[in-house]
Amino acid sequence: MRITCPFCGERELGEFTYLGDAKPQRPAADAGEDAVYDYVYLRDNIAGVMSEHWYHGGGCRAWLKVTRNTLTHEISAVEAAAGAGAAKVGA
Amino acid sequence: MAGDQANRLTSGGLIDRSTALSFRFDGKNFLGFKGDTLASALVANGVRLVGRSFKYHRPRGILTAGSEEPNALVELRSGARREPNTKATTAELYEGLEAASQNRWPSLNFDVMSVNQLFAPIFVAGFYYKTFMWPAKFWEAIYEPAIRRAAGLGRASGVSDPDHYDKAWAHCDVVIAGSGPAGLAAALAAARSGARVILCEEDFVLGGRLLADGGTIDGLPAAEWVARAVAELEAMPDVRIMTRTSLFGVYDGGTYGAIERVNDHLPVPPEHQVRQRLWRIVAKRCVVAAGAIERPIVFAGNDTPGVMMASAMRSYINRYAAAPARRIALFTNNEDGWRTADTAIAAGLQVAAVIDARADVSPAHRSLASKGGFPVLHGSVSAVEGGKGGVRKISVSLTGGARAEVEADGLAVSGGWNPAVGLTSYHRGRPKWRDDIAAFVPDGAPPGMVAAGAANGAFGLGACLREGFEAGAAAARDAGRSGNIGSMPVADDAAFSLTPLWHVAGKCKAFVDQQHDVTASDVELAQREGFQSVEHLKRYTTLGMATDQGKTSNVAGLAIMAAVSGKSIPETGTTIYRPPYVPVAIGAFAGHHRDENFHATRLTPSHHWAAEQGAIFVDTGLWKRAQWYPRPGEKDWLESVTREVKAVRGGVGFCDVSTLGKIDVHGPDAGAFLDRVYINAFSSLAVGKARYGLMLREDGIVYDDGTTSRLAEDHYFLTTTTAKAGLVMQHLEFCRQVLFPELDVQLTSVSDQWAQFSIAGPKTRDLLKEIIDPAEDLSNDGFPFMGAREVKLRGGLKARLFRISFSGEMAFEISVPARYGEAMARNLMIAGKPFGVTPYGTEALGVMRIEKGHVAGPELNGTTTAGDLGLGKMMSTKKDFVGRVMAGREALTAPSRQVVVGIKPTDKARRLRSGAHIIPKDETPGPENDQGYVTSVCFSPVLDQWIGLGLVERGRERIGEIVLAHDPLRGEDYDVELCNPVFYDPDGGRQRG
Ligand SMILES: [Zn+2]
Repeated sequence: MRITCPFCGERELGEFTYLGDAKPQRPAADAGEDAVYDYVYLRDNIAGVMSEHWYHGGGCRAWLKVTRNTLTHEISAVEAAAGAGAAKVGA
Repeated sequence: MAGDQANRLTSGGLIDRSTALSFRFDGKNFLGFKGDTLASALVANGVRLVGRSFKYHRPRGILTAGSEEPNALVELRSGARREPNTKATTAELYEGLEAASQNRWPSLNFDVMSVNQLFAPIFVAGFYYKTFMWPAKFWEAIYEPAIRRAAGLGRASGVSDPDHYDKAWAHCDVVIAGSGPAGLAAALAAARSGARVILCEEDFVLGGRLLADGGTIDGLPAAEWVARAVAELEAMPDVRIMTRTSLFGVYDGGTYGAIERVNDHLPVPPEHQVRQRLWRIVAKRCVVAAGAIERPIVFAGNDTPGVMMASAMRSYINRYAAAPARRIALFTNNEDGWRTADTAIAAGLQVAAVIDARADVSPAHRSLASKGGFPVLHGSVSAVEGGKGGVRKISVSLTGGARAEVEADGLAVSGGWNPAVGLTSYHRGRPKWRDDIAAFVPDGAPPGMVAAGAANGAFGLGACLREGFEAGAAAARDAGRSGNIGSMPVADDAAFSLTPLWHVAGKCKAFVDQQHDVTASDVELAQREGFQSVEHLKRYTTLGMATDQGKTSNVAGLAIMAAVSGKSIPETGTTIYRPPYVPVAIGAFAGHHRDENFHATRLTPSHHWAAEQGAIFVDTGLWKRAQWYPRPGEKDWLESVTREVKAVRGGVGFCDVSTLGKIDVHGPDAGAFLDRVYINAFSSLAVGKARYGLMLREDGIVYDDGTTSRLAEDHYFLTTTTAKAGLVMQHLEFCRQVLFPELDVQLTSVSDQWAQFSIAGPKTRDLLKEIIDPAEDLSNDGFPFMGAREVKLRGGLKARLFRISFSGEMAFEISVPARYGEAMARNLMIAGKPFGVTPYGTEALGVMRIEKGHVAGPELNGTTTAGDLGLGKMMSTKKDFVGRVMAGREALTAPSRQVVVGIKPTDKARRLRSGAHIIPKDETPGPENDQGYVTSVCFSPVLDQWIGLGLVERGRERIGEIVLAHDPLRGEDYDVELCNPVFYDPDGGRQRG
């Protein structure tokens, strides 16, 4: 598998580390235990197109949001993950 | 006969008759020529018996001339280089080659185990499953070793491989598998377009079937056209032609695996060269021009030496000028097989008869038969007479029921051709059935891959060139290349007509899979026993599961199964295809990553100095760290470590701690950032001060700890444990980029930039004064406990100095740029001489931390909370931080949790062992009474006894309680006392002094 890092270009899988589902957002400080529980433990595991966090540790150390089809390994989008895991201010 | 190349034809062939090569097979000397394979040299020398079969020990000969060979497997080379299951058909001959046949004892001609044949009726499909099911324990002890001796392939050398293997990457626009007419045409079109092309050919000569079958291309003899095409390709700078290289797999994103047999054609690789190289080729497009494999017809006695694929006979005769037989019979169900009769006649060999299963034979072939004076028999081969000496007589069932016999010493067989659908099917593509050629062709190939020529079911020479050329041009175009592709090579298409014939019913054994000794009746039996799915059939009978992966047997097996079940072949379906296409040595996958190079090794800045001191090193992750520094006369490690500890506690010592992870944290929000990743506050830390920090995972469990210093308002210097250095960096980057992007903060890994030493002991200041500029105030007022700042060394070098202590002594840690690390170690030795300075290793470091009750890896074990470690009070209630909410869960704060406590045996002479379980006194040891375990132990020179730390249920409430240490692993039970984990200087006066 090859991932096109927006900063480094197309690179081989071995340079990256997988984290998982990029959808859950870290709840605000006052969100309560249930919300944090969901954030920490509940993950989608889709047979199909998923948004995932990957870390380019062998390159620029950017955290990336990778849109990948888990059935075919086809990668349709890669972007910097900046802010992708933060709860929206006021949410 | 053997030994004199008696079967070598007097002219022709792509062999170099001026370079004779001597070789040994089963201890006998032979001669061959450069350009031979081991198989062709054996054919030239009249050797027909080359092995015994896997299960029945039947005599076997050479069936094919390529990598699909199921029978002619040998042990190649000797000693540590002995390589079992090497195909004689692809092994290039070299001077001094040594090979031995396999699976025979004591000799190939007289094989004791061939009595298995007499018991053949019990060796049916599933025999092992049925017979050896009971009693289970007999399997490992008795059945399996006996079966392994009787059945099997070659023997591994049993010793370490002395050769080197390499791994490499290559990138291109178009990678092409195969250099037959389709592959060469594809390469020409793609390369002329301007594409970067890699052409892989598993053979050591380019040309594919053209080498054996010739033909006319662009009005030129095939060999001449190949030479011209290759010359044109070689002249282009962006074309790489790789012979002896098999494309064996296709992976996601256009990555292809290839194995290059760099030096397998030499007895020993030249100095500093590898035997094989594993390539990962990244290509935008791939053209599979891997050709087709001629398939056998299954009939009784079809494994007799001398029975050979018709195309293989042409290869031996035309390419190697070696006659597999003198009087050849041909059994075919198609037009193409007849070319072997042409070839035999042209080479001056006799054709005994052609047995054609079809109703009609073309007039051209009829006239060939009458000119050659041989009969054309309409029917099928029903039996073959001949044992280990090879084919003698062939029985033919004629259409209409009559029988005929043919005297011959060789039988060529052609059942049609199967496109090589492996590569195109590796992403679960299922090949589709084509009735006109009665074969599976590629379908559902991975993205970017296309098959061309015979690999795509186009068997005519003209069609191969056309498909190859078009595929090459399209691939280059898809890769963005648009140069002038010139003219397409042209050749005529021979007619291809075939009447499917898979199996001729007969009384004797008819083999489907010759390598695994699977017969037609095994397949039928499996079907009757209910193994309806092809995947089950495969596993039950082991059909197609040998090292050849059923290249000559799978489709025939399916066809027989289909016939029994009354289904069509496409309804029966194929099994899933998986790489590798050819066997690849594990050594090639490992490459240079073996033995001491299995992983990278990291050396501390003072490593070479420590080695000079005779340090014993220990592997911690990738690092080699000095564990202790033995001195002459010391009887064991404990004596050395105890001396080092005493030297520190009584004077001064130093230890290289550069392996800690080090991260510079910069930015106006650096403090706020650290507040969110640590449980305790760092924004409130004064400039010039250090603080111990603990970070949690988001689930509330402790992740890592370390000291972080504030060097400036917007600059912190953070340290991590050695083990988590990389992971903490990754975690902090996640926090910075993904969770808290609003914070203005930057992280820089500086682990490799700083050499860091811990200098500890009451005489630490005396030593530091010798190396630090006298203007620097190191007094308690000028540099108090937990102080941190940049200092100038004597000579002007800047260093970072931290007054932190892991040992519990008056101590500093000093950081200098890594390139000065070794000089620092040497200078500390020189400057510290008057104070008896002692270098100490990780063992002494560990002893002192246990004496001080500091937690480390065994306690930060991925299950403990801050509270478990006795650090619960550090958790700030005034801020949010990673792990805060989950750490508050009921189970993580329960009073019954196992927490860190000190442990010492009541018998002071007793050795404490880590891993021992803690059981309440007077309770029976067992899981129901297990209250924790000993995590870390050491011999404490201060207390003069073994001590330890442990995780014990309600441990902190039970100080003074005597409990049982139960160690079933070592068979020990002894009393221990739970105590305060801080064994040494509990009020910390020494480190503040
Ligand atoms: Zn990158």
